[in-house]
Amino acid sequence: MLQWFSAISTPLLMLGGIALLFGALLGFAAVRFKVEGDPLVDQVDALLPQTQCGQCGHPGCRPYAEAIVAGEAINRCPPGGQATINALANLLDMEAPTLDAEHGIEDVKRVAFIREPECIGCTKCLQACPVDAIVGAAKQMHTVIVDECTGCDLCVAPCPVDCIEMVPLEITLQQWSPEKPLSAAGLIATDRLGSLSADEAKKVSKRDVA
Amino acid sequence: MSSVTERSSAKERRSARDARIIARDAKRKLQPGDFSGGIYPPHNKAQSTAEPIGQIPLAEDLIVPLHQHIGASAIPLVKLGQRVLKGEKIAEADGLISCPVHAPGSGKVIAIEPQPVAHPSGMLADCIVIRTDVEQRWCTLNPCTDFRSLETDQLLEKIRDCGIAGLGGAGFPSAVKLAPRGNWSIDTLIINGSECEPYISADDMLMRERAEEIVAGVEILAHLLDEPDNVLIGIEDNKPEAIATMRKAVHGTRFNVVSFATKYPSGGEKQLIQILTKREVPNSGLPANVGVVCQNVGTAYAVYRAVVFGEPLVSRVTTVVGEALQQQRNVELPIGTPVAHVLDCHGVERKQLQRVVIGGPMMGYSIDNESVPVIKTTNCILAPTWHELPPAPPAQDCIRCGLCAEVCPVSLLPQQLYWYARADEREKLQAYNLFDCIECGACSYVCPSSIPLVQYYRASKGAIRLAEEEKEKSDRARERFEYRKLRLAKAEQAKEVKRQARKRAAEIARQQNQQNTAPQNGSAAAEQERDVVAAALARVKARQASPEQQLARLQRTLTSAEHRFERIQKKLTEATASQQAQLRAQLKEAQVKLQEARDKHKQMKEQQADEEQ
Amino acid sequence: MSLMRVSSPHTRSGLGTSQVMLQVVAATVPGILALVLYFGIGVLINLALCIATALVSEAAVMKLRRRPVLFYLKDASALLTAVLLGVSLPPYCAWWLPVVGSVVAIVLAKQLYGGMGHNVFNPAMVGYVVLLISFPVDMTRWVGPTDVLHGVADIDEAFSMVFGHMSVDGFTRATPLEIVRNHESTLLAQLYEAEPVFATGGLAGSGWEMVNFGFLLGGLFLLYRRLITWHAPVAMLVTLTILSLVFYDSGSSLSKGSPILHLFSGATMLGAFFIVTDPVSGATSNKGRFIFGAGVGLLTFVIRAWGNYPDAVAFAVLLMNFAAPFIDNYTLPRTYGHKAPRRATDLEER
Repeated sequence: MLQWFSAISTPLLMLGGIALLFGALLGFAAVRFKVEGDPLVDQVDALLPQTQCGQCGHPGCRPYAEAIVAGEAINRCPPGGQATINALANLLDMEAPTLDAEHGIEDVKRVAFIREPECIGCTKCLQACPVDAIVGAAKQMHTVIVDECTGCDLCVAPCPVDCIEMVPLEITLQQWSPEKPLSAAGLIATDRLGSLSADEAKKVSKRDVA
Repeated sequence: MSSVTERSSAKERRSARDARIIARDAKRKLQPGDFSGGIYPPHNKAQSTAEPIGQIPLAEDLIVPLHQHIGASAIPLVKLGQRVLKGEKIAEADGLISCPVHAPGSGKVIAIEPQPVAHPSGMLADCIVIRTDVEQRWCTLNPCTDFRSLETDQLLEKIRDCGIAGLGGAGFPSAVKLAPRGNWSIDTLIINGSECEPYISADDMLMRERAEEIVAGVEILAHLLDEPDNVLIGIEDNKPEAIATMRKAVHGTRFNVVSFATKYPSGGEKQLIQILTKREVPNSGLPANVGVVCQNVGTAYAVYRAVVFGEPLVSRVTTVVGEALQQQRNVELPIGTPVAHVLDCHGVERKQLQRVVIGGPMMGYSIDNESVPVIKTTNCILAPTWHELPPAPPAQDCIRCGLCAEVCPVSLLPQQLYWYARADEREKLQAYNLFDCIECGACSYVCPSSIPLVQYYRASKGAIRLAEEEKEKSDRARERFEYRKLRLAKAEQAKEVKRQARKRAAEIARQQNQQNTAPQNGSAAAEQERDVVAAALARVKARQASPEQQLARLQRTLTSAEHRFERIQKKLTEATASQQAQLRAQLKEAQVKLQEARDKHKQMKEQQADEEQ
Repeated sequence: MSLMRVSSPHTRSGLGTSQVMLQVVAATVPGILALVLYFGIGVLINLALCIATALVSEAAVMKLRRRPVLFYLKDASALLTAVLLGVSLPPYCAWWLPVVGSVVAIVLAKQLYGGMGHNVFNPAMVGYVVLLISFPVDMTRWVGPTDVLHGVADIDEAFSMVFGHMSVDGFTRATPLEIVRNHESTLLAQLYEAEPVFATGGLAGSGWEMVNFGFLLGGLFLLYRRLITWHAPVAMLVTLTILSLVFYDSGSSLSKGSPILHLFSGATMLGAFFIVTDPVSGATSNKGRFIFGAGVGLLTFVIRAWGNYPDAVAFAVLLMNFAAPFIDNYTLPRTYGHKAPRRATDLEER
């Protein structure tokens, strides 16, 4: 009996000891290396374009980031477009869906532009701008700080005299870079595009590049 | 005791080692090294070196871009219609890394507007257009016979004020490069006469014909850099005449002319530094970090003209070459001369012309508009026939032959970069040091599948830069958004606090009132308070005029709004198109006000009706 | 004529992919000549079958993928694959062996991976190994060289053998590598005296040494034309030499064969200059190529000495193909201005 007990007690004690030790270690690590906040939300938020436009149905980018982490679809951000969806899919390790057309379609980058002679100085757009990118005061003309405008579109609707329009943001000479060459020998991407000769390649270049 | 001797011996050893290193450096100073990779394209320099540097008649219009090189655009100083003299400053530098622009010829400013410029994008940029006159009078210059009498700052200011930018490649403002930097002591000045690109011979001809002036310029540069130990003038060995004249010109100075094997791209700044000093410029660093400053021979010449004669940079030697031309040579061109004019003066046969390249065949860019002007960095205008530089055949698949990696002068893996560029894997591209690529084109040159590798890299670099800018912008947007939320929350909180305070005050007042009224009704205090309340009520009542009056006032507002609306509407029908937009806005505003007035009026009437009932 | 706007550079060296491929094909000619001289017309039949099948399969796949067929056929990569497979097959083998091998090489090993430049494994070697594993008996029946057989099969006989009307057994002999591998308790010297294949070709077997010499010549031509670098072939040959020297055991009964035998018999030279140097499936940098070649040499010797197959170049190459991306990852060159080479895995460092 005693022999049997000692035969089983040694491994039991050892295993128990190890379990205790690791338990203590894990407990310590949990306290010592506790992660503040939800880093995944931060990571998702960092990938979103921060237009704060609300096209996803959330009041700003961060709420949408939180919703994504909670399981919402990642294809509801038209300003970010496919690039953002791909980046999110990469981060969250899932298949990249295409943009959900219900929330808008991908468009060129735009910024708000106030036709200044028409502005009546109502300050309604100032209140609508999520990033304080419009300057002006009551009864004074307003104007958009182009560098800060996210192109969210939120200032257009409140304007009582419709003097705000969204103009495409043009690239400058300094920002310009050549387009990626179109490849006649393009591989997978062009496989779905049907017949492709070296001359025809030009026609599909855009899609090939994308 | 023993430790002391040990230490001294260690010190001795160290100093001996230093001496050895110095001796070795001194010995190998003139033995050029090599850089990894590189290619040997046909030189094609003989076509343009047969004739001396020539001149062409002045173009009718000189188009001077405000942005000619790296850095910020200059800010115009002249007005439309203003007469300018040759050499007059017409645009001022904007910030440190920028250069002023001078009138390359005397005449009248006929336009300050966007014009096509020499840029691979073919986009427009702001230019000052000068219609030249016949006399071509110089403005008064500020010569200086002894540059050593000037302070460094004055010299630098002079160079900066004359708009000197690097004439070799990217055109970095020279004064910035020459300005002393606190932490780095410069021990080597390299004068780049390598000119490794095929076809280009501008520096070659300059060295052949104006060696004395170049050396005088080098003296100024050396003086500016506090006389560095080594002053090396590096020239590729396919320019024996230039080497000979330069050797003769430096005779009696401490400058050394070093010739080294011809290999493209030995003229790249980093490659030349590696050849001449065997040092490597650290990535994301500057040559100054390894004690080197590099200047082009053309820049040295321009610095000489600027300092000694006070002459701003208004012309440069440019190679005009290509089989589509009847005459191929080097010419001194005023900045702003349209390329078409240059080509016409050299008997261009437009039928044979298939592209015009600004710069050499390796790194130059083709332009699709001949009216673009020559700028400070235009070292070559290449007008090849179809046969001379045939267009690339269609690209085939990469077979990973590795030729590109072998010729890459910065030891990148071009084929890996190619895969990642195609797949848009930006992190990978950066991990493979895409941004160390100097875009020399050696990889594309050797690629048997004729893949336009450099174009992929340029596109990817641009995309990454753009993405980084956007990221920065979105980070800023996030910050602003968060701040705004905070601000609104604070404002709300402040309001809430005030509301609470008011509520509490009212509470206290009521309590006091009750306390006061309950025990001693009709006391003086209560009476006083009642008076106050009554007075306030009376005031309010007085302000709130009788309903009839109110109605009348509203009626007035309504009629005036109606009037205004009609007036604007009438104006609108008569107004010109430009005014219409403004008027329309006013009309809208009037309409809004009218609507408001009507609503209020209606409300009031209803109220009155209710009260009467 | 309107001006073109294109990105630099505006000039190119003349060498194109198809020229590279054709020159490599041309470099196999001395080896093929030696093969034909010693093993007869069967080699040419193999080559013809391989080339025809390879080109047809390539064209068919291109058609299926809706690509310009001629554009891809012109790059001559299918031709090269076919030639390399053709020279490694036993002469007078049944006609369907080259056909199946070529289809496997082109369709399976090359096109299914994405076509030229995308294949992970050397297509010719995949074709060869698939045949070797599937049809070991047919694939190891090598005819003896002419001076052993005292004459070669004439054209009639050759076609009868290829199309199955006649057995090849009458002509087959063990290859030198097989002889040496299977020798038991005999000294190498005795073996060399006893076997007729060593009678005229005392070094590495009659015929075989000339074939290898032919491929060596072709390889030197490629080196001279700078179409390949010396790293991979030299590394492979040196490794093979060193290992065979170590296990030569001065020709005892346990000897694994002399260095000369290993260098000049079997597919050594073909492998060293035409297979190991395949840029697509090999390592990329020069350092990497050196390691790749050394690995092939090592595996070749190990399989020859202790494995089940008499020759092993194909297996060795395929095994090293697996390792090529790994080698690449650890042989990145140091970029100018950087302190250390950067690995593809070091993403966090910007």
